[in-house]
Amino acid sequence: MSDKIPVTVLTGYLGAGKTTLLNRILTEEHGKKYAVIVNEFGEVGIDNDLVVGADEEVFEMNNGCICCTVRGDLIRIIENLMKRRGKFDAIIVETTGLADPAPVAQTFFVDEDLSARSRLDAVVTVVDAKWLADRLKDAPEAKNQIAFADVILINKTDLVSEEALAQVEKQIRALNPYAKLHRTVKSNIELDKVLGRNAFDLDRILDIAPDFLDESGAHHHHDDEMQSVSFTAGEVDPDKFMPWINEFTQVEGPKILRSKGILAFKDEPRRFVFQGVHMILDGDLQRPWRDGEKRQSKIVFIGRALDRDAIKKGFEACLV
Amino acid sequence: MSDTPNAASPEFTSLTEHVAPLAAEGHVLHAAFVKNEPVLVLAEGEIVIGERRVAPHRDSGILVAACDRDGIYTGGDDGKIIRTLASGESETLAHEKGKWIDALCVKGDAVAWATGKTVSARDGKGQIKSTVMATTPQGLCFLPKGYRLVIGQYGGVALWFPNVDAAAEKLEWKGAHIDVTVSPDGRFIVTSMQENALHGWRFADKKDMRMTGYPSKTRCFSWSHDGEWLATSGADAAIVWPFQDKDGPMGKAPKELGVRSSKVSSVAFHPKALVVAIGYEDSCVLMCRFTDAAELLVRRASRMDGKISAMAWDEAGRRLLFGTEGGAAGILTLP
Repeated sequence: MSDKIPVTVLTGYLGAGKTTLLNRILTEEHGKKYAVIVNEFGEVGIDNDLVVGADEEVFEMNNGCICCTVRGDLIRIIENLMKRRGKFDAIIVETTGLADPAPVAQTFFVDEDLSARSRLDAVVTVVDAKWLADRLKDAPEAKNQIAFADVILINKTDLVSEEALAQVEKQIRALNPYAKLHRTVKSNIELDKVLGRNAFDLDRILDIAPDFLDESGAHHHHDDEMQSVSFTAGEVDPDKFMPWINEFTQVEGPKILRSKGILAFKDEPRRFVFQGVHMILDGDLQRPWRDGEKRQSKIVFIGRALDRDAIKKGFEACLV
Repeated sequence: MSDTPNAASPEFTSLTEHVAPLAAEGHVLHAAFVKNEPVLVLAEGEIVIGERRVAPHRDSGILVAACDRDGIYTGGDDGKIIRTLASGESETLAHEKGKWIDALCVKGDAVAWATGKTVSARDGKGQIKSTVMATTPQGLCFLPKGYRLVIGQYGGVALWFPNVDAAAEKLEWKGAHIDVTVSPDGRFIVTSMQENALHGWRFADKKDMRMTGYPSKTRCFSWSHDGEWLATSGADAAIVWPFQDKDGPMGKAPKELGVRSSKVSSVAFHPKALVVAIGYEDSCVLMCRFTDAAELLVRRASRMDGKISAMAWDEAGRRLLFGTEGGAAGILTLP
């Protein structure tokens, strides 16, 4: 795991402050070398030895499965970068404002050669505090980028009032209840808050969202089109839950952008943790439940047109 | 089948004592014999020609390479296409400023390359023609007859005559095609695909053929000297497809040579006999005879050296050159 090259995906709508953040990452003193994959190469000055332009070419597989959709250009570029591994410590992929982050993320799970050598560290989304509300109305990509994010920078906070900012945060939370939110001006942020997050590492899911298990009862954030659905319950029967979650994500995968869960399996001293992108699921038994820690289960799905009642019914049927 | 062939067993013959190690000291991208000199092209930018090391791309890396009898053609992340001779002299043939060279192939004194969505071909007189494709070209190969290029890309392959002012002809097949190869007689075009399969077309009537069952991507092809067999990487044996008949491999099972518990990463048919050199991800190299599947050990597995990333026979078929991702290399001289 540790010798895999970490990849940070930087998304955000045009003008939100991605390039400013990228230049901050590259110029700050941290003793690390980054290979940077950018779009619209050459338009904005980026001062780095290893910068390469990508063409955002999405490959759909012959089987037509949305979850096998990958970014062909990333596969080729990273394969070439890996031949010169000594030259850099990590990779940053900057996407255009119009890009769908799902194929970018899926590339690191679906392509075997890539997943053997690199790992997705986190999807970081930069949003413009002033214009986010408008973008959410007119740009479906902007919604995707928020729903998909592990870390969200609400940038240009100096241009809006505290009330407006609270409204922006509410809108973001409606789309994504577990991403880490940071308020920034000129994308100014401590780099360890955006890099080295291990957001896709099952052992780290709780560190990233410490309040993940705090909320009680069913929770439902709503947006007209995209929503997050979460449920909290007690112990779960793994013999019922595993077939259910597998089938649910196989059938509903195209609608689900991200999923996460922590489960207390009956007679199992360790916690079961899973995370997923569309129908790709990664799950494992993790650290033991601590003494005094409440053994409870929680699942979260972010997606489009999710059938809340059906999910509730399916999940409740797995309870002990 | 055992993991590592037991060199001590009486029926297993080892050639390891006939292998001279070479210090490549870097990811070996390509191996070849040029003017009878062993050549290793390294991803970091150096080219090892016999005892000499040259760096025609200066501080830049080499992304793609191909060789003919007289020269080494390389495309770098400096956007340059450079031809280097066995003497070490080099000449820049083209410069695509600020771009990476994604694919490259040679035939005679012509060279073709791709960068972004553009494919360019340079003939022996130095004339360069370019065309822009709808999707990014991944693999390039000249057809054996005429000055015509096969371009592997998303959705199939395109056939382009650089000297004819007409759109490329398309052979369509859904999915992402990566590398391209053409049978020596020009009858068949074969591509490797993102989804762990090969696709083929019979040139005469464009009939499709699918070759599936690989656990991972095929990234190395080698045709037998008689053009009747195609050896491929990507499985835990060299998968060798029959192409003698007019239907190619359709409806026929491939031969599996050198089955081991490590995946095959490189294959190289002997230039004169039905013998194939097989390189594995654990850096082991075997030589397999086609007729009876007899195996000879060329290099013992050593995981720290990385996978065998390039192999080449000399023209006479007396020497086999190989290199790994980790920078180990060697040359076998047959006794």
